[in-house]
Amino acid sequence: MPANAVEVKSLSKRFGAFTAVDAVSFSVEKGEIFGFLGANGAGKSTTIRMLCALLDPTSGTASVGGFDIRREPEKVKRSIGYMSQRFSLYDDLTVAENIRFFGGAYGLNRGTVASRLPWVLEMAGLRGREGSLARTLSVGWKQRLALGCAVLHEPGIVFLDEPTGGVDPASRRRFWELINGLSEQGMTIFVTTHYLDEAEYCNDIRLIHAGRIVAGGSPTELKTAAIRHPILEVACDRPVEALEILQKEPWVVDTSIFGLSLHVGVGEEAEGRRLLADRLGRAGIAVRRVDRIMPSLEDVFIHEIETNAAPGPAAAGEAKP
Amino acid sequence: MKAILSIVHKEFLQLRRDRRLFPLLFLSPILQLLLLGYAANLDVRNIPAVVCDQDGSAASREFIAGFLNSGYFSVRARVGRLEAIDAYLDRGLASTAFVIPRGFGDDLAGGRPGKVMIIADGVESQTATIGVNYSTMIAKRYAQRLLLERLERVQGRGGIRPVQVDARVRVWYNPELKSRNFMIPGVLGLILMVMTIALASMGIVREKEAGTMEQLIVTPIRPHQLIVGKLLPFVLIGLVEAAFVLAVAAFWFVVPVRGSLGLILLACLAFMLNTLGFGLLISTISRTQQQAIFTAIFFIMPMILLGGFVIPIESMPPFFQAVSRAIPTRYFFTMIRGLMIRGAGWPEIWDQMLPLAALGAFVLSLSIARFRKKLD
Repeated sequence: MPANAVEVKSLSKRFGAFTAVDAVSFSVEKGEIFGFLGANGAGKSTTIRMLCALLDPTSGTASVGGFDIRREPEKVKRSIGYMSQRFSLYDDLTVAENIRFFGGAYGLNRGTVASRLPWVLEMAGLRGREGSLARTLSVGWKQRLALGCAVLHEPGIVFLDEPTGGVDPASRRRFWELINGLSEQGMTIFVTTHYLDEAEYCNDIRLIHAGRIVAGGSPTELKTAAIRHPILEVACDRPVEALEILQKEPWVVDTSIFGLSLHVGVGEEAEGRRLLADRLGRAGIAVRRVDRIMPSLEDVFIHEIETNAAPGPAAAGEAKP
Repeated sequence: MKAILSIVHKEFLQLRRDRRLFPLLFLSPILQLLLLGYAANLDVRNIPAVVCDQDGSAASREFIAGFLNSGYFSVRARVGRLEAIDAYLDRGLASTAFVIPRGFGDDLAGGRPGKVMIIADGVESQTATIGVNYSTMIAKRYAQRLLLERLERVQGRGGIRPVQVDARVRVWYNPELKSRNFMIPGVLGLILMVMTIALASMGIVREKEAGTMEQLIVTPIRPHQLIVGKLLPFVLIGLVEAAFVLAVAAFWFVVPVRGSLGLILLACLAFMLNTLGFGLLISTISRTQQQAIFTAIFFIMPMILLGGFVIPIESMPPFFQAVSRAIPTRYFFTMIRGLMIRGAGWPEIWDQMLPLAALGAFVLSLSIARFRKKLD
């Protein structure tokens, strides 16, 4: 078995004239939580479907769990779990019937299914609802059930395509706790999302835009590599007036309003703090607090798309969550 | 095997949950058989007739009575003028008219040919043909009787002796020539075909529409396991339906079931291999349930019409006779009629059973081959 769970080399998928995935290459280490980030239509689902051997790539190669997705699709399928974007369990079967069916579909024997069933129910928080029809469950429950069915056969790698779409923040948090739990058991997690805050849970991230990977690394690496100048968060009186004053100063790299405070990019931190207090003091604006902050992934994402992709209003606008 | 059983179990659970489909599956075949059993009847009786007897002689009355007593015709009206007939035929009140012109009785008495006119409504060609045949037969019989009577009289004075061929026709297997005995085995095939094709054609495409197919094809289930797993519940449903229909045919319509039930079961299985394989093939190539239904209807029509359900294969043009060899209903209709009515055994049906089973195996393999575990 190779060291990497997933190995992708210049993988492309074209639908007619439209290129959904354009020569992407990356690798996923065993046991990590790998995040695939991008706007809707960026090519996340198409990539994941190719890796699950549901779609044939137009060109390029990929191996999953050591198996080639073109030559050994059935071996790939045996070694992975997959949870699609859309709820794809049987609405007219109960929770337990769904679990038993997928157990049988993966060739698990009756005893194994019987022993995994309580685990899935416990994990999904569905204990006591074994007999409920899947269609009566709320979205959060459905997604946990779908995750349970996807990992029932204890695959080495699990692919989750936007697993938290359309659920409330509490359910999202709960779902990520489950993912962390699976990761701790040694499962490799490949997850796509367009929620940038969720990317913080991942060990490794790729940003995909219009079918191409535009940036990659751990969340910290991304934030430090993309934006090198310090950013100061300034809490002060009359922030709009302060913004107008600071925009005219040559030592300010960029500035923007976040709620009641300002984010001010400066060339150097100590010098920036001094100049800032001096300039706003002269204008009679009281500065209550100045903190050095990390840029958010949102800052990075927008920065990367603006610098890497051809500038277009749709491209930049769509990426905002 | 485990995967197949999982699918079979899942299919049964889903069928049981569908509260509207379930009664439809088992009640509708019986209702259809009752309806078709009464309606699909080619026996022609009581053809509505209008009589225009312009002669009004003893001979004309006797001639007409010959028609009415046969049971094939019943009088709707008697009219005096020829033109009055039009109104009855135009409005469909009668489909045959008997016209006896003035002088019919005199002509016969004087040894001249008696002329009558019979008008038939040819729109429903089959009824008309049968009506015309009956009329000709009855008229001939009347003429023959007259002839014999005359000869009798001549013979009395030492004349010639009439020579007759006495043909005693005996109809085997269906002595009363009840067309119901021909139709009901066909209706059994029809119901079995429509139900199983309809069920199977939904089998795969429904999962495509629901999105469950994506989850299903990411599992290691093999195409033949999926197809067979989908097929088995339908086979069982089909057999239960066939048994229902057979029971109603035997006990309600008193259609003979002379052949062995084992062979009938075998014929049904071979037939369902075709219809289910065909339904699943439609299901694998369709993207929506709507497409599947329309494709199924498109193919069901020739299966009925070219399979010999109503139109006997012998009366089709040679080209269509050749085409019908690729149509599974042809073999099933022939077999089931033979099995039920004639009490045929294996020596009489194997030449139908083998091509039917071969055709079924072909269609089924095609649907397995056509099913790809891919999304595009």
